[in-house]
Formats: sequence, structure tokens, C-alpha cells
Amino acid sequence: MSETKNRTNEYETRGVVHETCDVLVVGAGPGGLAAAKSARDAGAEHVLLIERDDRAGGILNQCIHDGFGIVRYRKQLTGPEYALRAEQEAEASGIELLTGCHVLRIDAQDERERAHTHVHARTHTSARAYVVTAVSADGLKQIEAGAVVIATGCRERTRGAIAIPGSRPAGVFTAGVTQNFVNIRNIMPGKKVVIFGSGDVGMIMARRLSLEGAKVEAVIEIFPQPAGLSRNVSQCLYDYQIPIFCSHTVSKIIGKKRLEAVEISELDESMQPIKGTERLIACDTLVLSVGLIPENEVAQTAGIKLDARTNGMITDEYLQTNVPGIFACGNARRIMDLADFVSEQGELAGRNAVAYLNGTEMGEWDEARTSSMAKGFPEEGVVTCTLCPTGCQVRYNEVLGEYEGNKCKRGAVFAEQERVDPRRILTTTVKVTGGKLLPVRSAEPVSKQKLPQLVQELSKITVELSVKCGDIVAEIQDGEKTVAIVATADCSL
Amino acid sequence: MTKHDVVIIGAGGVGCAVARELSRYNLNIIVLEKECDAAGGISGRNSAVVHAGFNNAPGSLMAKLCVEGNRGFEALCRELDIPYKKTGKLLVAFDETDMNALQEIMQQGIRNGCEGLRLVDADEMEKLAPGIGGIGGMYSPETAVFDPFLYCIALAENALENGVTFHFNSEVVAIEHDMIEEHGEEHSDDRFVVKTAEGGAYACRFLINCAGLSSGNISEMAGGPAYQIYPCRGEYFILDKVAEELLPMPVYPAPRKGIGGLGVHLTPTTAGNIIIGPSAEYISQIDDLSTTRPVMDELFAKAKALMPALERKYIIGSYAGIRPKLAPPEEGGYRDFIIQEEADCPGLINLIGIESPGLTASVPIARMVRGIIGERMPLEEKKDFVAKRKGPIRFRDLSEEEQAELIREDSEFGEIICRCQKVTKREIRNAIENPFGARSISAIKYRAWATTGRCNGGYCLTRIVDMLVNEYGVKPEEITYRSTGSELFSGKVK
Repeated sequence: MSETKNRTNEYETRGVVHETCDVLVVGAGPGGLAAAKSARDAGAEHVLLIERDDRAGGILNQCIHDGFGIVRYRKQLTGPEYALRAEQEAEASGIELLTGCHVLRIDAQDERERAHTHVHARTHTSARAYVVTAVSADGLKQIEAGAVVIATGCRERTRGAIAIPGSRPAGVFTAGVTQNFVNIRNIMPGKKVVIFGSGDVGMIMARRLSLEGAKVEAVIEIFPQPAGLSRNVSQCLYDYQIPIFCSHTVSKIIGKKRLEAVEISELDESMQPIKGTERLIACDTLVLSVGLIPENEVAQTAGIKLDARTNGMITDEYLQTNVPGIFACGNARRIMDLADFVSEQGELAGRNAVAYLNGTEMGEWDEARTSSMAKGFPEEGVVTCTLCPTGCQVRYNEVLGEYEGNKCKRGAVFAEQERVDPRRILTTTVKVTGGKLLPVRSAEPVSKQKLPQLVQELSKITVELSVKCGDIVAEIQDGEKTVAIVATADCSL
Repeated sequence: MTKHDVVIIGAGGVGCAVARELSRYNLNIIVLEKECDAAGGISGRNSAVVHAGFNNAPGSLMAKLCVEGNRGFEALCRELDIPYKKTGKLLVAFDETDMNALQEIMQQGIRNGCEGLRLVDADEMEKLAPGIGGIGGMYSPETAVFDPFLYCIALAENALENGVTFHFNSEVVAIEHDMIEEHGEEHSDDRFVVKTAEGGAYACRFLINCAGLSSGNISEMAGGPAYQIYPCRGEYFILDKVAEELLPMPVYPAPRKGIGGLGVHLTPTTAGNIIIGPSAEYISQIDDLSTTRPVMDELFAKAKALMPALERKYIIGSYAGIRPKLAPPEEGGYRDFIIQEEADCPGLINLIGIESPGLTASVPIARMVRGIIGERMPLEEKKDFVAKRKGPIRFRDLSEEEQAELIREDSEFGEIICRCQKVTKREIRNAIENPFGARSISAIKYRAWATTGRCNGGYCLTRIVDMLVNEYGVKPEEITYRSTGSELFSGKVK
């Protein structure tokens, strides 16, 4: 104890805020929230979860669409709903969440001491193995931690990284940045949009921008098939008649000040643009959905080895990195398809961090833990069930007189409904007093044809604060039917 | 119409250096710039190298002013409080022809007055810049790197502090002669009335043409010779912050005759990135800043020959600059700077063909301009000239103790806005509140260095926009990337 006190004094002389914890988790997205909760549940006394944004949830907060939670909660949740659940679970477990705090560096304490500690995996170590340096409005902090879980997520590949030729006008954004501006900050990037890359975020933004009144001219994909889920090809592109050009690339960006057009070209089998296939698409906005890269600047400061190709942290089957006592999970380790799996992996990383501290047995991550989700173009003549990310390819068998290809009963119901009256859950935002946006959803599916009109109607209302997730904030008329509009996040002034 | 002793057209490195140099004297000076900020043209699109002066023909203005500029550059950067790093530079030979070329260039450099040049063998090269290809090279210890944006901004800010007026977004569209009487006063001293697209009119006795790529047109507009400027584009890649591991100093190929530039080279920046480039391609338009696929491929291949460890995954961006060359394509190479008052157009001081090493030479060029004016009228030094400028705080460069202290003083130093470069909210605020009132994203970018990292602004742009909208009352649709017309957004969603 006196040793800790001495160290605290030493920090204070340098003007640094000194704290200690058993397990420190960097990043409060789905992976970090789950890791913190499970570390606490596994018996770690003091679990500190550090988040650089001003709230937990990570990128889920801007993913106002549904498709989350099927695996983990057996429910169809939007991103903010999923984030809120994960945050509430973590908080209930008794973790400490520190938002607005940016980790700069992770250092190992004295090397010899550290080696000793780890070889013998002592139950109680007077000196904690790692010092995490972070800044927040409260000051420069140095936090000693026994074990660390890095859940820093990913960043988007940029125009710069893929080196699209052309000029550098305003109006070129990545899909995630576009999503943040549109869904969180109430800012519209443009009116005539081309989307480069058919990853899920790209397709989801195609739909989102269409619903908010932009004209999405085309989606351009370098591979012969769309990169994202068939569900999204169906419900984001087909629903809005947005053309997709596969085996094409954006070969030039044109515009002196603001984007004026993009030149697209067909690609040959070796991915080279074919001369003579160039054509121009006039647009004021180019949205890039060209891949995600694990975000590992913090990991690198700790000497964690990264995969040279993917930039993800390399771990063993216990999710432990080459630095003993530092664990990795989620997109910072490897880009994952579903937030649900990120949570599962975070849970294991948190548990293993405690097992590491206690010298008990760690659990293995099952690398085959993915779900079979239909990707690329839907099959000819089928209905893609959009009720969940699986995207079952449902076909009517005329001989048997029944639907097939659906993995659950709901697929047949969906396909039948699709034949007579296609319906979708509506997800959008509404204004609240003070000008911020609140994510909302329809309590039940509404007529597909009416989605743009309903979004326009909802754009006109302003909701009084405060609002809790699940509150009915408006009602809309879908033909004969009155449909409740439900808040999908908490919002207060 | 306003009246001035001096109108300077262009706020690039040369225009800003002239403005600052002349601000030492009791003169009424205005700078007109068509872009929204200093360094908006070619001064912000180059290799950011302080050249030693061995590349240029002995006896030329280029050679003389470059060597002079190099000698004073470090002290100048200290005075202006901007990043500067004396890295030295290596020219690499791949064969005997190259070695002979290096011999020649070293002799040329020695004649120009460059100090410390020497040939190095492969072993020494390996020590100076590990992992660089080639059989031998020439080392120049006096070559340095600097931040060209902050250089122009700092010169301009210092000039502003010393009384110079700056008008940005002011494109010169006409220049008239022969002042007539106005309000009964006679302005026999005024020779020009400079008119801008925005309707401004500025009368002056001396017109200093620092208009770079447009300097030929400006000269003609003012009644001077119609110089032909040949735009010669250079494309660049910018790489992630791997300079510390990979590249301690600029590495250039041995010079080859006839090309319009110095050859594709690798340069570390003061921020730790690496720049690859430039190509050299004569083009028809002065504003075609496009990068092109064939050149991008060529750049990378050439850079990889110099540095085999290079990988494409390090690339975080690309850009292009345009050299305002006097040498036509069929001639290639360099023609000397033209820096003179035009004999048949008194008062018009032309600075034409100021390509590389123009930034290095900018202060000596400015002194030449001062000399020309000094011959025409007595120049009286200001007693209260402030030479020193205090640059903004850079949180990332401070010790932990200093960082902790800053956060205690102002909690906004504890909020990281740009995650790649570790720029804090307070630094963004300082950039937004710059003395020129430049509110474009590029103005914030070059002052605070936000948005320049590997995420290309993916993290900080949303937060900077938030500050502009919520704390400075700027409407989303008014936010521009650079000058008017480069609006980033169409407006609110709802």
C-alpha cells in the first residue's frame, strides 16, 4: 500500500493524475463494453473503461438502422438500442466508465518485475504491470492496470489510401463520416451522390441519403459482386432503384472547388481500368465505403505485434497479444461482420484478462464463430428476407406449394407479405428541442412505397425532451393504419 | 478606392516575405490574394525543402538567392516560431554516369558557395540514410525541411502585426493607369489602380507582382511585358508518419538533364511524414491540380528504387503542385528568376518564374524588392517593428509535465480533437480565431495540423464542424474546404 502511495506522490509532483485499476479496457464500443462487464462479472474489483468520445457505444450510436442483436439478444435492434443495452449491462455490473478520455500510450512497468509477475501469474501483485497514459479535460492521467483489453475498433480506408486520381475538391467523404454528419450532426453532405464501394455501410448510406432527399446516382464496386449482405443489396439498393456497377472503379475525381463529377471505368480481370469504358457521372458528393482498417495506434505504443496485411492485432486463441496481459477484441483485432460477435469476443477477452490476473485457465475463441449470412447479389427470382442479417434467399416451390430457402418460419411469412404488400421497419431521425437529432423507428413495418414520404413527414416534427429509449414520440398514418414512432435512444437536454 | 504605397499581388511565400520585409518601413501596404488564405497556391504544394543551392547555375539569381536564403532560414524560422529541421540531404547515384553528374553538381555547388558538400560511398550512405539504394552519393549538410504553410502564415501574421493589410478572396481582374484627380487632390505618385473581382479598387505607387502562375497575366494587365509562364505539374504522394524509422533526410536521385524538376525524391516532413514526388509534366491549364494514374504508378516505382522498404500501405494522400516555369517544354530545365522593375512600366516590380528554390530564396527576393523600392523613394524604418512572432502552442510536442500543466490552465487542452496528430480543442480554437479570420477547413488544417493524418479527417472533421456550427455560429452550408465554391455541405438534414 505504501508503495502505491509513494508512486502517487511521484505522479503528483509531475502534475499527473494517478489512478489504479485491475483491468483497464480501451474503447467503449460493443467489444469494450462487453469486455468490461465480463471482467467485472469474473471478479475483477476495479474495472475501468476508457472512451474518447463523450459517450459509450462507439460507432453504434450513428448506426440508426436495425440489424443488430439477433444473435445476442434474439431481437432486431437498431445500433443505438444495442449500444444502450450493452452500456446498461456494463454499468449494472459495477464498472467505472470514463468518457472524453483519450489514451495516448500504454507502457510496461519495470521489465524485470513484469516478467516475474507474468511467469508466475501471481494472484495479487503490488505493482500493476501497465501504465496507461491518457488525457481528458480533468488532466493528464497515468493509470496503473494489472491487465488491459484493447477494443479500439477500426477506422475507414480513405481516398488518400486508395489513391483515386483526380483533383481534390470538397464533397468527398467516407461512409462513416457521412453517416455521422447525417444521423448525429444533422448536416447533409450533398444532393447528388455516387457511392464507391458496396460494403454494408456504403449501401446503408445509399438508402439513408435517398430517404433524406438526395439522389443516389450509382453504387460502384470493383469486384464482380456487391461486398455487403444480400439483405442490404435488396433493402438499400433495390428498394430505392439505385443502380450498382460491379467490376467498375472510380477512375477520376473531377471538380475544382466542389465535386462536379466522377469518371468511372470498367475493370478487367486483373483489376485494371479498361481504356474506352470511361464515362462521367455528374454528382456533388462521393461517398467512399472502401474498407475498414483496425485502429491500432494505442496497441503499437505497447509493442503489440500487428498483422502486416490487415493492421489487426495478432493474438493467440485466448485473444492475448504478444504482450502478456494485454488482450484484444473486436474490429481492432480483425474486422468483423456483426456487432453481436464483437460483443461475444469482448466478453471472452474481459474474462481472460481476469483469468490472466488470477492465474486461472483462459477460454478459447472459436475463430469459426460466424453466422452464414447471404452476401452479394440476391439469387435470381428469390425474395431476400430482410428481417435479419442472415438474408435468407426465399423461393416459392410451385410443385410443393410452399416457400423454401428460409431458415426460420418468419422467412416464409416475409416472402408472402413481399408478394402482396412489401413492408419495412422505418428507421430515421427526428429533431428534438434544441436542434439535436433523435434516432427513431416504426413500431411495426410500414408500406415500403411510403418510406420516403413518411421520412419527410417526420422531418417536420420537433420532439419535446427528455425522451427515453422506447418512448413513443410520434404517430404516423400508413394507409388505414396508425403506426407508432419509437425513440431508439435516450435523449435529454 | 483606397490608396497605398504598395500593392502586393499574391500571398504565397514570396508575397508574404515581401510584405513582411516592407513592413519594416513606414509604408502603406496591402496584399491581395485570390485564395482564402496564405499559401493557397504553389507555396503550399511542393516538397517543403530548404535547398542548399547547388542545383542552380552559378551566377544566376536562383543560385545566389537560394544560398543566401538557406543561410538565414534557421534563424528566420526561430524568429517566426515555426518548425524547421536541418536534416541534410543525400543525392543518390545508381551508376557511373550518375556519379559523374554528382561530381559536376558538387563543383557547381561549391562555386555557388554551398558549404560542406561531399561525396559519400555506399557505406557512409548506409550510415546517413539506412536502407537507401544506390552505389554512392553526395551529401549536403545544409539542406533542411520546414513547414511551408506555417512559413507563409507566419510571415503574413507578422506582416499584419506590423501594419500590412491583407485582403483574401480578392482576385485581381484589372489594373488601370494614370490616376486622375479625385476630390480635388492630385495623386501624382499613384501609378496604378488595381481592381478585384469583388469590386475593390486599390491605388498604389508600387505594384509588386508575386502572382506565381498568374504573374504573366498580371504583368500584362499592369502594362508590363507579357511573360509566358509554362505550368509544369508535379504530383506527390504523402505517406504516413514513418519518416522516423525509414527516412532521416531528403533523398534525391542524381540530377538528369532536361527534366523540368529535380527528379522524384523522398522527403521527410517536419511532422514526420514522408513525401514522394514530384513528377514533372507540362500542362495547358494553370489550375489543373489533378493527380493521374500513370504518374502515380511511376512515382511509386521511382521512390521504391530509392527506398526498397517502401510500401503502398503507407500512402495516406496525394496532391499536385504546379511550377510557374519560364523555360518552355522544348527547352526544359530552368530559366533564372526575373526580379525587376519594368523599365517601360515604372512602379511595376515583376517577380516572374519563381519556381524552386523560390521558397528558400523568398526572403532574399524580398530584400531585392526592398532595394528596388529604396532606389525610387527614401525608406524610413519603423521604430516599433516587431520581428518576433509567437507561434501557437503545439500540445503534441510538449513534455508530459507541460501537457499536464496546460490542461490545468485550460481544460480544452485535455480534449483531443484530431486523433492522428493529437491536436487539442484549444489548438483548434486558436486556429479558428486566427487574425485573418480565415474560417475554411484548410485554414484550420494548416494552422493546427488537424485532418492531415492517416484517417484524412475522418475523426476530427465532424468535431471541427461541430465547433464551427455550435460555438461560432457558422451555418453548415457556409463551411468551405478552401475558398468560396468549395462548400462542404448542402445544409441541414432537417
